[in-house]
Amino acid sequence: MIITKEKPVEEILSYIEPYKSVLVVGCDGCVQPPRGLREAEKLASMIEMARKAKGQEVKVAATTVTRQCCIEGLRNQINVDGYEAVVSMACGIGVQVLTMVFPEVQTFPAQNTVFIGYEEKREGNMYEACVACGDCMLGYTGGICPVARCAKSLMNGPCGGCVEGKCEVEVEIRDWKGEVVEVVKNDCAWYLIFNRLKEIGRLDLYRMYRPPKNWALATGPRRL
Amino acid sequence: MAKERKAFSNLMKAIERGEFVYTGELEPHRSIDLSDVKDWATTLKNTGKIIAANVTDNPRSDSAISSLVAAYIVQRDTGLETVYQLRTADRNRLALLSDILGAAALGLRNILALTGDHTKIGTTPAAKPVFDFDSAHLVALIHNLVYEGKDLDGNEVHGPKPEINVGVAGNPNMDPLEAEVLKLERKAEVGADFVQTQVIFDVEVARRFLKAVEHIGIPVLIGIFPPRSYGQASFFDKYVPGVTVPEEFLEAFKKFKEIEDKERRKEKINEYNVEYFVNFIKEVKKEKACAGIHIMAVGYPDVIGPIIEGVEK
Repeated sequence: MIITKEKPVEEILSYIEPYKSVLVVGCDGCVQPPRGLREAEKLASMIEMARKAKGQEVKVAATTVTRQCCIEGLRNQINVDGYEAVVSMACGIGVQVLTMVFPEVQTFPAQNTVFIGYEEKREGNMYEACVACGDCMLGYTGGICPVARCAKSLMNGPCGGCVEGKCEVEVEIRDWKGEVVEVVKNDCAWYLIFNRLKEIGRLDLYRMYRPPKNWALATGPRRL
Repeated sequence: MAKERKAFSNLMKAIERGEFVYTGELEPHRSIDLSDVKDWATTLKNTGKIIAANVTDNPRSDSAISSLVAAYIVQRDTGLETVYQLRTADRNRLALLSDILGAAALGLRNILALTGDHTKIGTTPAAKPVFDFDSAHLVALIHNLVYEGKDLDGNEVHGPKPEINVGVAGNPNMDPLEAEVLKLERKAEVGADFVQTQVIFDVEVARRFLKAVEHIGIPVLIGIFPPRSYGQASFFDKYVPGVTVPEEFLEAFKKFKEIEDKERRKEKINEYNVEYFVNFIKEVKKEKACAGIHIMAVGYPDVIGPIIEGVEK
């Protein structure tokens, strides 16, 4: 799933300040935490209240689509006629596809797109686990990705910064305002890989030399 | 398991002759003034026993003058051979190739291939880290350039091949040690010529490591750091990843801290360091894989000469 974080509402308000009619578009696709109709309606009413408080009139509505990343779907599912601006609750892809499909209106992001990841449980912590590098090596690393989960993306780790199974690099866990709520050390991906491969009797895979990665496969913008 | 190697540097030639070698360390700063670095290099050279000194490359991701330039200037002006430390944290494969060829053209004969600390822990945490290669890839690249005259994509180097010996870092404090041993096998397989280890205080840790890597057939230089104070010793114990300082060592330094007379305190610390590290080195020297000692204490000349003399006695 694609993990996003809500932008501060002040930022969203500043984008739409010049416009008198705004459509907030949710996405029922893979964006997590969920950013569907409920969240779109919530943002729409926040916009309405904030603008009212300033004595600025605004027409705001909320809707959602199956996936903002599908051009055909967007064309069939929503209509932006009568709106001057669109606010997307989806990832950075959604914002760009809305811009492509409806060039007559300006689309603004309501989310910061953070990473591709997984979650512990509903509304639990989110973890980055794939960077879409285009050349999956999970078959050699016990199903644990060093490209996404090692701070240095090492092919032949661990490095000297692995202490008691933890990475030397501290990571900040931030809330939706972007403020740091906790500083933690991640598990060293190569420590996990070593243990996993040892457990399944495949240390031959750990021992092997893995040549440099072909980053040309990850050079964007990519097309399929 | 280790690849066949040629000796190009004085360091590697001495190892191949079976000499027990000593290397030192130089840490250039974020400055264009290299005078203190050259002074320390001269001190190391004047011991008559230190065959080469490492020149650090942005250690701890703390930005500093180019280690390539510093290694060249020190070697040129002091006559002490340098081990040019090169980390992949800040350079992609093109930049690495450029610097390797540059080093060879300048007459540098040793490179220590490092991945390097993450940029996020250093002076410039907002930097975009590179890590296009890791240290194993850097070893493979240098080996290919030296023996095949080609980079890892098969692009040929025009004219003579660079003549460089490549070292790697070893971490005897890694837990589990098996993970480190297999990693060194990997680095030896792609062409590492020698290993310099992290700081070790505990002779048992050094011995265990040397025995575990003996089958690889790669010469190992054990890293030591005689501390100048209790603070320095306990810093290693507390803050340097994986390094433990034996209790008796810390206890002794704690007592020295109480000596009020500065000169007397210094004398006691020096005496203890010399005795401790002479015994330490004599023990590790017995191990077949141990080719020498890498002395990391920068700016502490009082004990280096006496330690080496004590071992050789």
